[in-house]
Amino acid sequence: MKFRTLFAAALIGAAAFAPAIAADEPQVVRQEMMKKVGGATGAMAKMVKGEVDYDAAAALAALTTISEVAATFGDYFPEGSETGMDSEAAPAIWTDMDGFKAKLAAFKADADAGVAAAPADLDGLKAVFGPLTKNCGSCHETYRLKKS
Amino acid sequence: MKRLALGLGVAAIAGAGLAFVLTAPRPVAAERLEAIAATGGDAAAGETMFWAGGCASCHAAPGAEGDAKLVLSGGVKLKSDFGTFIAPNISPDPQAGIGEWSISDFANAMLAGVSPDGSHYYPAFPYGSYTRMTDGDIADLFAFMKTLPESKVASLPHEIGFPFNIRRSLGGWKLLFFTDQPRVQLASDDPQIKRGQYLVEGPGHCGECHTPRNPIGGFVSNAWLSGAQNPEGEGVIPNLTPGGKSISSWSTSDIAYYLESGFTPDFDSVGGSMVDVQKNMAKLKSDDRDAIAAYLKALPERPNGWE
Repeated sequence: MKFRTLFAAALIGAAAFAPAIAADEPQVVRQEMMKKVGGATGAMAKMVKGEVDYDAAAALAALTTISEVAATFGDYFPEGSETGMDSEAAPAIWTDMDGFKAKLAAFKADADAGVAAAPADLDGLKAVFGPLTKNCGSCHETYRLKKS
Repeated sequence: MKRLALGLGVAAIAGAGLAFVLTAPRPVAAERLEAIAATGGDAAAGETMFWAGGCASCHAAPGAEGDAKLVLSGGVKLKSDFGTFIAPNISPDPQAGIGEWSISDFANAMLAGVSPDGSHYYPAFPYGSYTRMTDGDIADLFAFMKTLPESKVASLPHEIGFPFNIRRSLGGWKLLFFTDQPRVQLASDDPQIKRGQYLVEGPGHCGECHTPRNPIGGFVSNAWLSGAQNPEGEGVIPNLTPGGKSISSWSTSDIAYYLESGFTPDFDSVGGSMVDVQKNMAKLKSDDRDAIAAYLKALPERPNGWE
């Protein structure tokens, strides 16, 4: 009986702690950040593709999200976080940190330009969406590695 | 005993003779070369084949963007288990490039993997796929490439060790693996799927990276487009069949949109060497991207064991 209680307590403890620990790992933080960018990009792409009506507030919110992520994304690649947690970060990030940071800076500059433009209509959004999203492939070409 | 030695000697000579005959480079049949030359070639139409074929991805200078992609000065390095291949200059420069080539020289390279001086090309140049191209598309592509800028940059020799540096041995590779037959038999006769099959198995040469290879560089049988280890180093190349995890949940329009924009359905983006391929695919007509997507959805399901 005592054993059972201990076992249950251990299980509850593990359940309570495991996600908290995992969520703090830089690998997980940066994955969540990229998901945010994906969500924001998707929201704008649906407008660009004409699947939903243009919404200036939603577009600005999406651009702001991307700008915020770009500002701190580079902080989550410390030594020791090269692998684990299904990370798809390429070794090139650590062998060429300057190149990686330069790509990030270009990404942030384009996101900031989008926020500053605060596009009022669809043509305005298209003008910032194209240059901004070119950064995705341009960085993933070298610094992201598909492992599965 | 003497008789046995003599017999073995004769057998060895006969075997060597047979191997010599079997590994000889075989150009395209004369009648077909005439037919290709007779089509004339339409440079404007050839541009589609140029992007579908991804010529610039290897033959433009490393890192070239925009109009620089049209200068086929060579120099891109392709790492492999056999050594490093360096793409040559194929610009229309008469000395450094292929400006002196006839349409027959070009057809022999693309369809038979044979150079103008009659030797084998390494299959890093994907003639194992290009061999499926039609006479018209070969002539059109040649006409388009004639319109591109000349470059005087000299081609560099491949960095290949023994025994792979003996080009004659590629005759054996061709005997085992070189075929112009369809990679998969599809039940459908849908013209859109057929067009997709042509683009993917022929000019697009998608299988060159997306299909696993055996230790001597041939495709693993019954594994067409089921994904592979990245030949250039770490990481994997995704499974494109409906039996894999990579894109099996994508619709045909998801696949076509990815090829056009570089975005996955979750708005993750294209990465690795596919970034350059996607830029090429974006230059095709939307009908052709739709056809590629339709073909991929029609493929037999093939799990690859590591996804």
